[in-house]
Amino acid sequence: MNKSDPVLSLTNIHKAFGGVVAIENFSLDLKAGEIVALVGDNGAGKSTLVKIISGVHKPTTGEIRLDGEAVSFSDASSARSRGIEVVYQDLALADQQPVYMNMFLGRELTKPPFGLLDKKRMRRDCQQLVDELDVRIPSATSTIRDLSGGQRQGIAIARATHWASKLVLLDEPTAALGVAETAKVEKLVASLKEKNLAILIISHSLDQVFRLSDRICVLRRGQQIGVRETAQTDKNEIVSMITGVSGSA
Amino acid sequence: MTTIAARLQRLDLQRSVIYLGFLAIFLFFAITLHGDGFLTSRNLTNIVLQTAPATIMAIGLVFALSAGEIDLSFGSVVAVSALSAAVAMQSYPMAVGVLAGLGAGALIGAINGVLVAYLRLPSFLVTLATMGLFAGIARSMTDLRSIPVLNDTFTGIFGSGSLFSVPSLVIWTVVAVAIGHIVYRNTRFGAHVLATGDNARAAQVSGIKVPRIRLGVLMLCGTMAGLAGLLYAGRLQAAKYTLGESDLMTVIAAVIVGGTALNGGKGSIIGALLGSLLMGMLNNGLILMGLDVSDQMIVRGLIILIAVAVSLRDASR
Repeated sequence: MNKSDPVLSLTNIHKAFGGVVAIENFSLDLKAGEIVALVGDNGAGKSTLVKIISGVHKPTTGEIRLDGEAVSFSDASSARSRGIEVVYQDLALADQQPVYMNMFLGRELTKPPFGLLDKKRMRRDCQQLVDELDVRIPSATSTIRDLSGGQRQGIAIARATHWASKLVLLDEPTAALGVAETAKVEKLVASLKEKNLAILIISHSLDQVFRLSDRICVLRRGQQIGVRETAQTDKNEIVSMITGVSGSA
Repeated sequence: MTTIAARLQRLDLQRSVIYLGFLAIFLFFAITLHGDGFLTSRNLTNIVLQTAPATIMAIGLVFALSAGEIDLSFGSVVAVSALSAAVAMQSYPMAVGVLAGLGAGALIGAINGVLVAYLRLPSFLVTLATMGLFAGIARSMTDLRSIPVLNDTFTGIFGSGSLFSVPSLVIWTVVAVAIGHIVYRNTRFGAHVLATGDNARAAQVSGIKVPRIRLGVLMLCGTMAGLAGLLYAGRLQAAKYTLGESDLMTVIAAVIVGGTALNGGKGSIIGALLGSLLMGMLNNGLILMGLDVSDQMIVRGLIILIAVAVSLRDASR
């Protein structure tokens, strides 16, 4: 496969719920090792788009290609089995369970002959993963509830990158975090590029979008307003694209 | 050494409450009832024998509570399954009786489970209703009559028998607790039960079939109550609609005192065993102290209240 071929390719995606159009004619290519930011006001259709890519919703019309192959996901599990992982805004962590069980939630490792859980290996793999990504937690056996917001976010992102082979979707990864923790999570997200994953990030913080992304895609009321190279645009242009009000200074 | 230290550190107070409480009440009775035969091996064995059905039911309930559901109907299931087994054994071999008893439990569990998992009715209300429904069915099955169980093999295996001089009810308890503990702690099913009770949405987006887990735990509860019914029928050599009637509070108390969270995501099978033994010990000790039935009920209620308050207060830290 050519390296510049898109990992994920969306063509003319259209989604309507009953008579209400949520997404109109959305097209976007995502390449490996690239971070694309999806921005837009509340209700612009960002979450709907994430749900379409992750298999929760099916597009009404349009085509999704993964590594050039047309795909149709019946549910989130089928998207996951194709290497697409989502970090949800609420993180989807089981708070009273240890970190390593969350890391392997729904995909627990077992060992022969009785198919019992291989907790030792899960702990070890989990510890290795959080060390590698520099997510600082007391231990892989810590309970999620005892961790800080940034640590939890780190765990959720580490989990997604561990299982994703192609694409990670991040929904507002730093919305609930303080300044220092935000910086840490941003560093983590940036480091995922080296793993050759494609990353689509939703964020309300334009500062963050400009710090992290390679390209910016703007949605307004379900319509794709445009895609810009981050290096070749500025905040004013993006803001006017988001709001539809031009002529800012 | 280091692993022991790490383990001790991880052993939080909440986990130890049941052990400390168990030890405290045991010591209290051992000292105050020293002359009344509390400490005789015969009396201690009796406690284990008497609590066997409650322990079996408690195991099922740990799974249900851990998954964020509750079962209130298990007391009625005990009566229905004991009567089903007894009636079946009047005209068929023992195996049919055992299947009838366990099958009745599994079936009632499945009814609860389908209503809860697929129609998303609250398990509290569903099982409150089926508790009444099957209590009525148990009464009408034999017109309130008691059915004798005369099959010696059955009463041996499920009641008064023993293997290498270990009473069969002790064997049932040990085997059920061991298997229950392993399934709860060391299988994917156990992990999925905990995840479902902890955060059902997280479990679902992680690919866990949440409805199947909910159905599974309620069927398990029903089946365990069915087994408890067989143990009652075996020990008493008869089945009656009153079996299991008074177990609801005892079993729930045993499970909560044993460290299982009422709202899911956390629990312990070993804790439930100790909780159940604790309830049995209280029963036994209060009788030996010569308290009459009404005083026993008051003291037991107060002790359960204290124990539950301590375990829940600690859990909310």
